[in-house]
Amino acid sequence: MSFPWAKEYTPQVPFMKWMDARLPLPRLVYNAVGAGYPVPRNLNYFWNFGFMALACLMIQIITGVILAMHYASNAGVAFDSVEHIMRDVNWGWLMRYAHANGASAFFVVVYIHIFRGFYYGSYKAPREMVWLLGVVIFLLMMATGFLGYVLPWGQMSFWGAKVITGLFGAIPLVGEPLQIWLLGGFSPDNAALNRFFSLHYLLPFVIIGVVVLHIWALHIPGSSNPTGVEVKSESDTVPFFPYFIAKDGWTLGAFLLILSVMIFFAPNMLGHPDNYIEANPMSTPAHIVPEWYFWPFYAILRAFTVDFFFIPAKLMGVVAMFGSILIWFFLPWLDKSPVRSASYRPLHRKFFYVLLVAMALLFYLGGAPAEEPYVVMSQIASLYYFAHFLIILPIVSAIERPDPLPFSITEAVLGKDENAKLGTGA
Amino acid sequence: MAEEAVTGTPDMQAGDGVRRRDFINIAAVSAAGVGGVATLVPLISQMAPSADVLAASSTEVDISAIESGQAIKAAFRKQPVFIRSLTAVEIDEANAVDANTLRDPQSLAERTKEGKENWLITMGVCTHLGCVPLGAGEGENKGEYGGYFCPCHGSHYDTAARIRKGPAPTNLEVPEFEFLSDTVIKIG
Repeated sequence: MSFPWAKEYTPQVPFMKWMDARLPLPRLVYNAVGAGYPVPRNLNYFWNFGFMALACLMIQIITGVILAMHYASNAGVAFDSVEHIMRDVNWGWLMRYAHANGASAFFVVVYIHIFRGFYYGSYKAPREMVWLLGVVIFLLMMATGFLGYVLPWGQMSFWGAKVITGLFGAIPLVGEPLQIWLLGGFSPDNAALNRFFSLHYLLPFVIIGVVVLHIWALHIPGSSNPTGVEVKSESDTVPFFPYFIAKDGWTLGAFLLILSVMIFFAPNMLGHPDNYIEANPMSTPAHIVPEWYFWPFYAILRAFTVDFFFIPAKLMGVVAMFGSILIWFFLPWLDKSPVRSASYRPLHRKFFYVLLVAMALLFYLGGAPAEEPYVVMSQIASLYYFAHFLIILPIVSAIERPDPLPFSITEAVLGKDENAKLGTGA
Repeated sequence: MAEEAVTGTPDMQAGDGVRRRDFINIAAVSAAGVGGVATLVPLISQMAPSADVLAASSTEVDISAIESGQAIKAAFRKQPVFIRSLTAVEIDEANAVDANTLRDPQSLAERTKEGKENWLITMGVCTHLGCVPLGAGEGENKGEYGGYFCPCHGSHYDTAARIRKGPAPTNLEVPEFEFLSDTVIKIG
């Protein structure tokens, strides 16, 4: 782990020496996020989103634990207890708006983090495990986000729960019993609400566990960088503390500023008015949509409208929706190019931007009503999405002629000047 | 195992390959395995519908006030049920279709009780993703086939509540029900 020139932790005061010999926790922190972790010197701002994602997770856990002190997960009173938080609990409105908008912010940050990985080939050897664990975290986040959205027990909560658990009903043979088992009833009710609350509280701590593994796996080869060239010498790196702590701190400040604007000036911008109506099993809202961060996958789900031989359209949609994320698990082996960064892959770079457009389109279509021309557009965008990973990526990585790579990170940053490399002038 | 052979307790030196210790090992691991699996039964089963939820699974409805052509929404297992009194025209419409050409082939007679073909009782739960279709209430959109219309993803059901157009895979489900008298039905 880490490079030979990494700074060694040397405790100064007697207590820290005593501690280091018994429980070297400060040493672990020093080597993980302190001066003992050398990081490529050329990281750009896209590398700040991991730190921001961790900050988001902390915000969600702190505000969430507080909300749980005032929330009641009983179908009879859940809706009212949320209004109680909003109106009666001291600063309750702030906690709830921070939690709801914090979830959206978390997804924004993580989507950028993921697309950073797509562009710079962060998923490639030797960092496959970092990537795989990241996909696991994303799946856990989606589950947590969905469960949390059900808790206020508004109309969107209820019908979201019904539609999403209905997806499991599409599975042949076991689908319907599975759905009843998941809900603990024939439609979402008290049993479902209680277990959703229990799991919504549990999963963030599971996420912390996988985040620890994610960072552990990252620190074996060390961070990737925008050139995709591996670290060769000490001049390619700077210590994480103070350099990247400071840089992460500055973007965290900017991020918190934007989040504050959301919380204080547009707290319901990303919400749905229907969720301020209490859950009613006898009446469906006219236009059911999930939270925005599920839209691309919801668009893929709805793109399947025709039966495929003996497979019903509904099942096809469910398989495609889950497949669209599970396909990321295979990304390190679908992209065979030895060059990591798309900055040196002219053809791959173009297709990356097309994928970005397709993804943006799916985002838009997932929130649109299920009518023409949106259905046909979803079908085209979904088809392209899968084609990108299964056809375009393997072919491009086989036929592409990459641009020449710089010899080292130092050379990429400072040019070929030998003095620059030694740090004596440039 | 190799280390044990070196330290050598008496029952290991028999040399015929089978030892008393092997039996104890297999028995212990088997008991732990069976016990572990058995423990899963309550852990999984607790998530299934509880007794009070199952107890609420039959409903009696008085249908005497429903005029021909009208429908009401009742609640069964906390889900809507549509109880509809079909007009003669609607029955003819449903019978005029060759059931074999439908996505989910069923005739009106198969979906109603004998002698009571005008009483169409179905779940008010779209078989696509579970929304409540429109068409039971006064003045609601009944869709292109005069039955029910699901606003979520545009499924159209006919006057026998059979799927005719849109993404739903099957007809609206007919729950188990019986006529307790001419004016009272028991669902479930």
